[in-house]
Amino acid sequence: MDAVQLELAAKVAEQHRHHGKAQFFWVWGILLIITAIEVYLGYQNMEPVRMLSILMGLSIVKAAMIIAYFMHMKFEVSAMKWLTMTSLVFCLAMMVVFFPDAFRILHLGVR
Amino acid sequence: MSDVAVQHVSAATAAYEPSLFGTYSKKIGMWLFLLSDSLTFGALLYAYSYGRISTPNWPTPFHSQSIVNATIMTAFLLTSSLTMVLAVRASIFGNTRALRGWLVATMICGTAFVILHGREWNNLIAEGLTLPVFPSVPGHEVSKEFADVTKTVPQFPGTFFGLTGMHMLHVTLGVLYLGVIAFRRNFIPAMYLLWLAAWLGTPSYSPFHYGAHVILAVAVVCTIILWLKPKVYDASDVEVAGLYWHFVDLVWMFIFPLVYLMSTRIV
Repeated sequence: MDAVQLELAAKVAEQHRHHGKAQFFWVWGILLIITAIEVYLGYQNMEPVRMLSILMGLSIVKAAMIIAYFMHMKFEVSAMKWLTMTSLVFCLAMMVVFFPDAFRILHLGVR
Repeated sequence: MSDVAVQHVSAATAAYEPSLFGTYSKKIGMWLFLLSDSLTFGALLYAYSYGRISTPNWPTPFHSQSIVNATIMTAFLLTSSLTMVLAVRASIFGNTRALRGWLVATMICGTAFVILHGREWNNLIAEGLTLPVFPSVPGHEVSKEFADVTKTVPQFPGTFFGLTGMHMLHVTLGVLYLGVIAFRRNFIPAMYLLWLAAWLGTPSYSPFHYGAHVILAVAVVCTIILWLKPKVYDASDVEVAGLYWHFVDLVWMFIFPLVYLMSTRIV
């Protein structure tokens, strides 16, 4: 790496040194608990759409915790957080726009 | 002397615009790759969800054995993320021994995930939930339930093996990536030995038998790269590898509930 990159890497390393280890163990514990809740919900006789909504919500919470704490995104500059996360969410949302077609197909009578 | 070095670095920095993301290019590059890979998995999960919604008789055949197995796999992967973050921390503090230890712990958790997953595949294929491309398992009684699913809703095994196979490939590549970071060129002969052991030590119908060739492909690529450009990996390389590993864990956080928990067989 050249001098500029080395300086940037050194700054990032310095930021990392200020965080304690405890927060990682807390996040790990919370992720395991949420997983246990999801498995419990998987065995409840719930309406599929309701179960899916709750499971997806919990998955998004888990994903957010992994991105924020394990991938260190919480401590990055705002520009990085906003640009990466909003562009990703937007691209995924654009796919979701076509979901109503999946429901429509059931009533089209196509075999 | 150190003052001159600092001035030189600061002068170099001043010649360029400050980094938009306030971090080094390697990390930004990995984040860009992860964003694109997220879209790949997003598209696969979307296609799975679309197929599921538009198929009226989608089965829910996973017995508690599969769910328990998948839960243990999830626990291994979450633990591997913890060990990876501790490895990054060790690299930043310059503790080489702890770094290697935590990287090996991460690799062990990742390998446990792949082995449990491969065994699950083996059991499902043996019981009749299979794809035409998989070799049949001799001497094993096919379960009527799974055979019915394969016959009536072939999209189920298609999406299941497609999604979980793509993820398992990423985990395997991640384990080998971490091995290269931890042991550098010394890991290359280990990869060749691992490939031989997995290929020769498993029956021809086992997913490990044909999946082992992934290890060979990575070993060949690493041999070429590390021969052309031998490198000592520093803390930034470990951090970038960590980002990839956490991404692999992140994807599983969506696959596990959508594919397994939504297809639980509730008696």
